[in-house]
Amino acid sequence: MSPVQHTLLAAGEASEHRTLIVTLFAVFVAATLVITVRAGRQTKDAADFYAGGRQFTGFQNGLAVSGDYMSAASFLGIAGAIALFGYDGFLYSIGFLVAWLVALLLVAEPLRNSGRYTMGDVLAYRMRQRPVRTAAGTSTIVVSIFYLLAQMAGAGVLVSLLLGITSDGGKIGIVALVGVLMIVYVTIGGMKGTTWVQMVKAVLLIIGALLLTFLVLLKFDFNVSELLGRAADHSGKGSAFLEPGLKYGATGTTKLDFLSLGIALVLGTAGLPHILIRFYTVPTAKAARKSVLWAIGLIGTFYLMTLALGFGAAALIEPDEIISSNKAGNTAAPLLALHLGGVDSDWGAVLLATISAVAFATILAVVAGLTLASSSSFAHDIYANVIKKGQATEKQEIGAARWATVGIGAVSILLGALARDLNVAGLVALAFAVAASANLPTILYSLFWKRFTTAGALWSIYGGLVTAVGLVLFSPVVSGKPTSMFPGVDFHWFPLENPGLISIPVGFLLGVVGTLLSKETPDAGKYAELEVRSLTGTGAH
Amino acid sequence: MQQSAEFGELRRAHRSFAFPVTIAFIAWYLLYVLLSNYAGGFMGTKVAGHVNVALVLGLAQFLTTFLIAWWYARRAAARLDPRAEAIKSRMEAGA
Repeated sequence: MSPVQHTLLAAGEASEHRTLIVTLFAVFVAATLVITVRAGRQTKDAADFYAGGRQFTGFQNGLAVSGDYMSAASFLGIAGAIALFGYDGFLYSIGFLVAWLVALLLVAEPLRNSGRYTMGDVLAYRMRQRPVRTAAGTSTIVVSIFYLLAQMAGAGVLVSLLLGITSDGGKIGIVALVGVLMIVYVTIGGMKGTTWVQMVKAVLLIIGALLLTFLVLLKFDFNVSELLGRAADHSGKGSAFLEPGLKYGATGTTKLDFLSLGIALVLGTAGLPHILIRFYTVPTAKAARKSVLWAIGLIGTFYLMTLALGFGAAALIEPDEIISSNKAGNTAAPLLALHLGGVDSDWGAVLLATISAVAFATILAVVAGLTLASSSSFAHDIYANVIKKGQATEKQEIGAARWATVGIGAVSILLGALARDLNVAGLVALAFAVAASANLPTILYSLFWKRFTTAGALWSIYGGLVTAVGLVLFSPVVSGKPTSMFPGVDFHWFPLENPGLISIPVGFLLGVVGTLLSKETPDAGKYAELEVRSLTGTGAH
Repeated sequence: MQQSAEFGELRRAHRSFAFPVTIAFIAWYLLYVLLSNYAGGFMGTKVAGHVNVALVLGLAQFLTTFLIAWWYARRAAARLDPRAEAIKSRMEAGA
């Protein structure tokens, strides 16, 4: 360990602090388990399990959407990126927010009107069911697993550090605990339980961020310019800290990487299956619109606060201390809490424990949403409609969803344990790039392009998926650099870390090429039906 | 119904807003990303105290996002919802 020593680790190791952190974690877990069991008692049919009975209000769902979306990468990752790289970290906040306009204007309402439980419902509406549902299920599971991995790895890093657990066995134990909890939430509580957990988490996260923002601003007498000035001085980088380019400005390649990341962020959100299925939990398209409006308000406010958290951490904490605690800066927010309260004071310990518990809640709520999205897609798209050809009973379908949850949970525990030392932010940006390349083109073409065919859908989904995942495989994320997953070997030839710049246009283009090359005549009657239904809600579930 | 003038109007009301606004906000966002990449000097210009152009433009992205969301909500309530509900109730009465 570095001579600077981790104040955080030291604080976590002081036994009374550790007791407090563990107690708060336990309280949150106990409360959410009670919610889950109660929700489970009210879960009777498939609409309850997949869509929470479609009984949530626009505001409730808006909270849950925010809880589903603001992941550990948002809270810990962005605060850390701003603390270390200043202005460049802020791009994540902007891209993650602007992206919601795509969902608001083009996707949320038509999706709510035309689908039932999964993203595949909309994609397969006027296409040949089995191939399109297989493709939709595959891309749903791939996107969700990438996203899950990032959250599990984040949980491992965070909790191990806070509790002073450094052994490999201990870290794997934490990943396994998170995995088991998410399996319990989803199999017992279904969408109802998951939604309530996400609502509680959103409230906690926003209160936590408000508290830290208030304390940061208080230190600077609410003078933002002075906060920025101090952050710039203290970072050792001067005014460059407040300008773009510190992280991505070095060469022409890193600039292209920045552009690629920017595109993936803004187009990824409306293609994330775990976000899309949330719109089925409200009764009407109008309520889906209200959910997005609330989400934009809540998420926007939260991302504005990440500025105060990130620049606050840069202004108040030594850069060495942030880096030695976690190289990617993932622990800047909890460290900030400790420093705001006072490093050796009880108040500092309480604040650290509270913010850490909020971060833990954040991870649990997001992994539950991701697991639900992938197991619903497996059960509804692949099991019920492809394997059983639509002949499965509701009971069989929910049974399959529960077993799929256990399976996906087990796989993510295994992969999460292997990925425990990987770069968390890279995995999340990758999930966005895959969603934007494989899912968004097909969703938009299905809803708005009359001529679009089954072949176009398959080309677009598989082509976008393979291009995005393939480019990452041969990028510096996987090999060839000290920060890669496999630093010892080098088989990379693609220079960018984010594939979006190439794979997103490829996904859109292949949808057109596949459609034009296929001899299939699109089902005009079905398209007319979809169009009327998506805009008016006639016949919606 | 899809061929009717009534539905055509609803479709036009949705598309004539959603499509151009989507293109506009994506272009505005890309302009911001490109400026960050290739116009460092301009972005670093101080506006007031330590607040520079980059920060002001970043916050402007937040502001335009909130404004577009609010604008769409108002427009949808005024022009989309009444038309959609009229068509829906007529179709369900006819079915």
